Amino acid sequence: LASWVPVVGLEIHAQISSNSKLFSGSQVQFAAPPNSLVSFFDASLPGTLPVLNRRCVEAAVMTGLALNCSINKKSFFDRKHYFYADLPAGYQITQQRVPIAVNGSLSYSVCIDNKMSQMVTKTVRIKQIQLEQDSGKSLHDDTRSQTLVDLNRAGVGLMEVVMEPDMCCGEEAAAAVRELQLILQTLGSSQAIMAEGQLRVDANVSVHHPGEPYGVRTEVKNINSVRFLAKAVDYEIQRQIEELENGGTILNETRAFDSKLGCTISMRDKEGKQDYRFMPEPNLPPLILYDAKTLPANMNHQQVVNIDWIRERLPDLPSVKRAKLVELYGILPEHSFTLLNEDGLAEYFENVIKHTQMKPKKVIGWILKDLLSYLKEHALAVKDSPVSSVLLADLLNLLERKEISSSAAKQVFEELWKGEGKTPLEIVKEKQLELLRDQEELEQICQAVMDRQEDEVGACMLW
Amino acid sequence: QGPLQVSAALREGRVGAVELCQRCLARVRDTGFLNAYISVAEDAARRQAEEAEKRYRRGQPLGVLDGIPVAVKDNFNTAGVETTCASNMLKGYISPYNATVVQKLLDQGAVLLGKTNLDEFAMGSGSTDGVFGPVRNPWSYSRQYKEKNPSKSHSENEDSEWVITGGSSGGSAAAVSSFTCFAALGSDTGGSTRNPAAHCGVVGLKPTYGLISRHGLIPLVNSMDVPGILTRCVDDAAVVLGLLAGHDPKDSTTIQDTFKPFELPDSIDIRKLCIGIPKEYHVPGLSSEIQTLWSKAADLFKDAGAKVIEVSLPHTPYSIVCYHVLCTAEVASNMARFDGLEYGHRADMKQSTESMYATTRREGFNDVVRGRILSGNYFLLKENYDNYFVKAQKVRRLIANDFVKVFGSGVDILLTPTTLSDAAPYVEFIKEDNRTRSAQDDILTQAANMAGLPAVSVPAALSKRGLPLGLQFIGHSFQEKQLLTVAKWFEKQVKFPVIQLEDVKRHDCSVFQHQKSVSSL
Repeated sequence: LASWVPVVGLEIHAQISSNSKLFSGSQVQFAAPPNSLVSFFDASLPGTLPVLNRRCVEAAVMTGLALNCSINKKSFFDRKHYFYADLPAGYQITQQRVPIAVNGSLSYSVCIDNKMSQMVTKTVRIKQIQLEQDSGKSLHDDTRSQTLVDLNRAGVGLMEVVMEPDMCCGEEAAAAVRELQLILQTLGSSQAIMAEGQLRVDANVSVHHPGEPYGVRTEVKNINSVRFLAKAVDYEIQRQIEELENGGTILNETRAFDSKLGCTISMRDKEGKQDYRFMPEPNLPPLILYDAKTLPANMNHQQVVNIDWIRERLPDLPSVKRAKLVELYGILPEHSFTLLNEDGLAEYFENVIKHTQMKPKKVIGWILKDLLSYLKEHALAVKDSPVSSVLLADLLNLLERKEISSSAAKQVFEELWKGEGKTPLEIVKEKQLELLRDQEELEQICQAVMDRQEDEVGACMLW
Repeated sequence: QGPLQVSAALREGRVGAVELCQRCLARVRDTGFLNAYISVAEDAARRQAEEAEKRYRRGQPLGVLDGIPVAVKDNFNTAGVETTCASNMLKGYISPYNATVVQKLLDQGAVLLGKTNLDEFAMGSGSTDGVFGPVRNPWSYSRQYKEKNPSKSHSENEDSEWVITGGSSGGSAAAVSSFTCFAALGSDTGGSTRNPAAHCGVVGLKPTYGLISRHGLIPLVNSMDVPGILTRCVDDAAVVLGLLAGHDPKDSTTIQDTFKPFELPDSIDIRKLCIGIPKEYHVPGLSSEIQTLWSKAADLFKDAGAKVIEVSLPHTPYSIVCYHVLCTAEVASNMARFDGLEYGHRADMKQSTESMYATTRREGFNDVVRGRILSGNYFLLKENYDNYFVKAQKVRRLIANDFVKVFGSGVDILLTPTTLSDAAPYVEFIKEDNRTRSAQDDILTQAANMAGLPAVSVPAALSKRGLPLGLQFIGHSFQEKQLLTVAKWFEKQVKFPVIQLEDVKRHDCSVFQHQKSVSSL
């Protein structure tokens, strides 16, 4: 059986975290009443003009820098035309000719054979990042044969991140997206929550035999979580392989992922290729960005976007944070991944460290096994944990000072989880979980036990 | 009279703002047969006039334009007053906001009389292709015209001899020309302010692209459109320009530099000037009358001591074709928003969204608009984009560079005709289609839009048919002061006659005494 090489590329749309939209002053807010966040420009009222939102530009520059891109000091806006109810102007303003950032890379880690202890670093090339408008939302009401249009989302700023087809499977795609999510959240340029539509991923999948040219690719849409992304990609790879092995061909088409059935379905409503009739956006001059070298003498940074100024203020990226955690605390790399994967967990961990004498290598076990499993079981976020980092630190201190045994500690933890406001010490006293360390006391207890069990003691002594 | 003189009259209490407004509204009614206005905002205008009068009584007018009746072309958004673009697509459309230029006028206390007629969506050079019918040139009813064109048979054919205003800002030009208002806003994309100004005997100013905000001006070609100013004399145009120009954060294509309003000097040293006569503007079809007028004007400058030289703008012959490609491409894009969903006309078609779009757009747009949309979409197709759109942009750059070279070689102002001839009778004009007429009529004005340069048409003389002929001055980017100074000098020399309107007998009071150049108040 000839082997197949699957090729996976991704087109990711990340909603920019900003107060107002990309080209108008209306607010950006999730789940607001329909059509309550629509400015005249968003509704495409004739005569309205786009005005570029500075914050969105900064978000894109930050993201570009974090992804090792070259930032284009001059980029352009274009109109992409098509008719659809949720696109009031009949065109989307995007960056098709020269986007704001190009030629970057993203490193991510995947586990070999599902073993977290064996992680391998991979890299995917970032083709470009472009700024563009989001569309509104269409709600199809089939019973009344009508479509309801909500324009709240129309005009919200998006960063489209295009990842080259350097990935080979669902797991890699998922890991790359997860890492991108963390980066965006760290930067604050996007909250990147897939469930709220702030991060949308389309996968481009094809297969070919080694040494042969790339096969025809399909585009897979409607993927609502990182988990589903992995499933969708793997399904599509399989589907294509089976199709080709049965002598069939792959159509260059768009397919929707059905999460219930776990398969991809052809979206045949797109007859023929769309010609978007791209045209430069005449109402927006070229976007000029500066750096320390090119910044004109009399301009203050409030008036322009200075790439170097932004670069200097970039926070530590996840990869750097993870490396620091490993170095500082001597924890394992895979531990650092888990710490960063849960929102707030790394901060929690570090806070516990601050307040306890227990070594980090031991603390990490409590964080990743005990705390995390309780959180998962109760579907709670770290910030909603009934056990605060300080409380846990107190508990660990008791353990570290050998005032309680580790099994007692687990019991105390369970009690703390109830969130009744008691301190670990109070619980220990209440349940009499103190470790006895007084030699004399211990001898008395042992003697008392032995006194009660004379026959058994006798039997032992015979042996 | 213009805003300056009337303003003085208002300040001195010789006439009240309310009375002024009433008279202008009456005039609008009496000149209704010109069809210059689409909407007349009587109540709102009266209220604005009352407010203005109160301010004058307190001795605190907002400025020179306070209480002055003005008109605005119906492709500018006016809150609460219908904005139709003379199209079925926007019939009944009431915008929730004012265009920046409209807001500026209102903030200065100007009294908005109403919205003026135009070619649908500003596409045309006659103001004949709007859904509210064509605009008639007031000069059709002037003694000057009637003397030269005695009616052969009486009332029967009288009505068929009226001439067009030119376009597309014909309503605004007619409104100013017939004394219904003291200034009007038009728009200029290929000559749409200058062309009707020339035909109606008024001053039509096209400012430098980027000087005046386009926010609220319903676009035809975003990269060429500018708001235009129509007045009865050059000084008035400078006054209005001073109130409208300047950066608008809502329009990213306006320049950031602070604009300093200016007053035009009453005299200039013509000897310091270098006037360029572009030889390519001797186009076929240019009437001999205009040729002669143009020569005479050149001589006027020469005799006064200016340096008058022939220059070359070699890419001029390509500008019409280039304009056609770029204009239709932008039109196709700009008109995409008219789908019947958010505002405007929506067809009663519920079969599918697509069919609703198609029917709405067929019902809402006239042939001219639809024709340009189809052409524009053709040029924007992937396989055509490079050969048409990109090529046209390159040619546009060459055309703009022609001007850069000429202006960079010491020429201060270019002097050219504005139109090929005087205004045509309507029945003649409509013998050719809109596209043909536009291509013919735009030829002298449209390069200035390509290059973004300021240009002004000044009434120069009457034709042998008794109709106005204008001449055009084109200036350096953002050098409106120099441009208008030269224009004012020229205006003074030629002493263009005042229109002797016959059919409007009522309300012929002193305020309307046609003494443009007298400021002895």
